[in-house]
Amino acid sequence: MIWLQLFLSFFQIGLFSFGGGYAAIPLIREQIVNIHGWLDMDQFTDLITISQMTPGPIAINSATFVGIRIGGLPGALTATLGCILPSCILVTLLAKLYLKYQKLDILQGVLDSLRPAVVALIASAGISILVTAFWGSGGGIRLSDTDWLLAGIFVICVALLQKLKWNPILVMVLAGAMKLAAAAVQKWVF
Amino acid sequence: MKSKREVLIKLFISTLYLSAFTFGGGYVIVTLMKKKFVDEYRWIREEEMLDLVAIAQSSPGAIAVNGAIVIGYKLAGMAGAVTAIIATIIPPFFIISLISVFYNAFRSSFLISQMLEGMQAGVGAVIAVVVYEMAEGVIHGRNPASVLIMTGAFAAACFFGVNVVLVILVCGLLGAVRTLIARKRKEGKDT
Repeated sequence: MIWLQLFLSFFQIGLFSFGGGYAAIPLIREQIVNIHGWLDMDQFTDLITISQMTPGPIAINSATFVGIRIGGLPGALTATLGCILPSCILVTLLAKLYLKYQKLDILQGVLDSLRPAVVALIASAGISILVTAFWGSGGGIRLSDTDWLLAGIFVICVALLQKLKWNPILVMVLAGAMKLAAAAVQKWVF
Repeated sequence: MKSKREVLIKLFISTLYLSAFTFGGGYVIVTLMKKKFVDEYRWIREEEMLDLVAIAQSSPGAIAVNGAIVIGYKLAGMAGAVTAIIATIIPPFFIISLISVFYNAFRSSFLISQMLEGMQAGVGAVIAVVVYEMAEGVIHGRNPASVLIMTGAFAAACFFGVNVVLVILVCGLLGAVRTLIARKRKEGKDT
């Protein structure tokens, strides 16, 4: 049963993530955190962080990570297979159609409408990651519970990425180092 | 071209290598694939490669995997596609397997857990900047329907908790209808 669930969840992630990379994030969150509860929001954010820092597509990394936790190595294989199967079928099919008809204007139209939707969905998933970072995965948003240190790190990171065009991996490592330094100061100085 | 076996071996090794050392998502790996298979090996013509990349990008799923499928398929049929997929998947599979085995130990160490907590803010920032740039692109497109879809999809997912798959299906359907209407209008004008 768990194998079928793993397979079907990642099949959906593979089937509905249009636009590559970040587009898979909202789908992964929906399946893994909201529907099945295989990871909590903190673990999910760690998974996205790890995916950003290692080679390989986010969807494949997630399939391996979640699959191993739920069903060991066979689980990882099942999830990965589910994730790539839609690609295998659709890409081959599209390649054949493309070579035959050259133009697929309906597909282009579908993609044009999906692009803005995908941006919105990524934004929504990004907001839940930030809410978890600033207020913890437990409960509501209260100003007094805000983790101001992480909020400050967030602002610095946005500035480095947006204004100075730093490399994302470097920015993320720096964010980790800033938090670690602050925690070390708190632990040993006070 | 050389014997099929030789092609498959070379395809396997170069895809494995690209997949293991490419950070930064599908668009980067597709560019590197072009360098390898078009510029270096001269196995695929430039225009053909552009078509293949277009297919990889417009199909659902990871772009790196899709790119591997189209190139493998083009070079050696089904055997080529399977070879390229396996080579693409092996590196992330091993790296993430290793990390996930040690994840619990990692997470309970003071050093790593503090790092990861800080990185949550960092990854949030990366996503925020990506979204900002993508949304800017949609708004600059000056297409009111696209802006409407973006706002509607955001409200549905963020405030009303609508299933992500449903949002994608509805928006894709809207796109198909829009294209059909545009085509009808054009045909009407032509005749």
